[in-house]
Amino acid sequence: MSYKALDFLSYDSLLREEELAVALEVRRWVGERFLPLAMEAFETDRFPFELAREMGELGLFGATIEGWGCAGLSHTAYGLINRELERGDSGLRSFLSVQSGLVMYPIWRYGSREQQDQWLPRLAKGEAIGCFGLTEPDHGSDPGAMVTRAEDKGDHFLLNGAKMWITNGSVADVAVVWAKLEGVVRGFLVEKGTPGFTAPLHRHKFSLRASVTSELVFENVRIPRSAILPGVEGLKGPLGCLNQARYGIAWGAIGAAQACFDEALRYQQQRTQFGRPLASFQLQQEKFADMLTAITAAQGMAIRLGQLKDEGKLGPAQISLAKRNNVAMALQVARTCRTMLGANGVSLEYQTGRHLLNLESVYTYEGTHDIHTLVLGQAATGIASYA
Amino acid sequence: MRIVVCMKRVPDTESVIRIAPDGGAVDTADLNYIINPYDEYAIEAALQMKDADDSVQVLLLTVGESAAESTIRKGLAMGADEAVLLQVPKDLSDPLGTARLLAEWLKANPADLVLAGKQGVDFDHGAVPGMVAELLGWAGASSVCALACEASHATVEREVEGGRERVRLPLPCVISADKGLNEPRYASLKGIMGAKKKPLAVVDCAAQSGALGSLEAPPARPAGRVVGQGAAAATELARLLKEEARVL
Repeated sequence: MSYKALDFLSYDSLLREEELAVALEVRRWVGERFLPLAMEAFETDRFPFELAREMGELGLFGATIEGWGCAGLSHTAYGLINRELERGDSGLRSFLSVQSGLVMYPIWRYGSREQQDQWLPRLAKGEAIGCFGLTEPDHGSDPGAMVTRAEDKGDHFLLNGAKMWITNGSVADVAVVWAKLEGVVRGFLVEKGTPGFTAPLHRHKFSLRASVTSELVFENVRIPRSAILPGVEGLKGPLGCLNQARYGIAWGAIGAAQACFDEALRYQQQRTQFGRPLASFQLQQEKFADMLTAITAAQGMAIRLGQLKDEGKLGPAQISLAKRNNVAMALQVARTCRTMLGANGVSLEYQTGRHLLNLESVYTYEGTHDIHTLVLGQAATGIASYA
Repeated sequence: MRIVVCMKRVPDTESVIRIAPDGGAVDTADLNYIINPYDEYAIEAALQMKDADDSVQVLLLTVGESAAESTIRKGLAMGADEAVLLQVPKDLSDPLGTARLLAEWLKANPADLVLAGKQGVDFDHGAVPGMVAELLGWAGASSVCALACEASHATVEREVEGGRERVRLPLPCVISADKGLNEPRYASLKGIMGAKKKPLAVVDCAAQSGALGSLEAPPARPAGRVVGQGAAAATELARLLKEEARVL
């Protein structure tokens, strides 16, 4: 079944030719290579790792970086990649967000030349997979209170602590781990297989099932001095990474919403009740009108976000605005579309239910909806409601 | 070795085709264009030869209107080295007119091998590659599903009824590609970025084309008929297929 991406205000015409070409090629790849696997991946709780190399060959990882085999695209193009991947599945987009925004970005931005040369080419090709450890079992929205710590032992660091809800944790070749060294948050590159480092899987998720989520456990892990990211100290390190990923999520959520809208529209145009297509009933038309408006508004935010980021003028509160709005929008669209599919809406044969369940995670990760609300409250009033 | 791949843009295969009010053209307002899928096999075949041998140069050659440029860039993004657009005021639907323009250019700009898709999925003429070979006086092979090239010859295989036919042709020759020849690659993002800087020459051409007469949409299909339900319906369905539809 063909997919028609909603673009009511012709935002695509604002894109540069190569940006649109990127979006269309990724859309095609998702349709041909990922979607045939999506239902099975979700049902069996599995990320299709066979696609990681293909994503690397396409050049999806670290796409905004210049050098190390990366494509050097605009941030708008990176946003479009997120949108098209999340049209497939939020888990697929998460895989990219982590690899690009949370692993390659800090190595590129804060890493030494040796760290860059060691990791960026392999991560770009999808030959190596990365993960990012910030959230802890007892510290999510307040990362500054983290208890994971590194001790300086002269010729090495000793790492102790645990991280929680880590995408790609169990399969990562390298983990970007944030820990306190003498009370200051620092980044460390911890390689898979380092003694004392384990990454047990989170099981029984009903969301992002086509994505690996793990705990990271560090028990007296000896890591070489060369493993510290030299270029950043303090929480601005991890938060700078999160800004990259959140920017991508603001775009990605639109893809999920477009997929649900497209599916509900086709279904309601084809299914007849009382002798008329479902789409002809006023109750349904109001839902379409509301969703059309909400998606179109979110698209406008995303494209403006991209312009600002490409100009180097995008601030974290602006990213919060779009992440908060666009993910909440997508979740609402997915719920509405679920109802519009009737009983079929609870079947994984249709995409909408999968998107709906995934978006429950997206709503909460990368800064919960509520935390972004407080960021915006501070931006509006000048008064921080939290310490 | 210099390979010229003839490619054209066609409406996305999932497009709904509407006829313009005057009945003389397709309404192109809402159409998205892609590389003709059979041409992608031809491009991929050329790029595989280039992958194996750095000295192979791949040039894309298109007859079309100026808007075809963005589709050509896609072919450059896959990895072709350069492209030439033989620009006509409107996309042609006339195979002989197209073939004449291609052949004329190829006479002035010789190639060792010309590849093309076996047909465009828009008008499905399937005639251009053979006509180009004839106009040039070169050997030609159509609808090939395997291709190997040596210094002076190409060997191709064609699916024929009940088997495969192997043909050896002297170079230069014109070969048209069928599905199954290969699995066309996606354009990488680096390729898309690099394609902006690759040479794309535009040559103004007068269309040597017959005018399209008229177009008609196929008649609407009549509604289906429910024969019955459950196992009992099977016998009736079989009877109708045999006696009424006469397909069994």
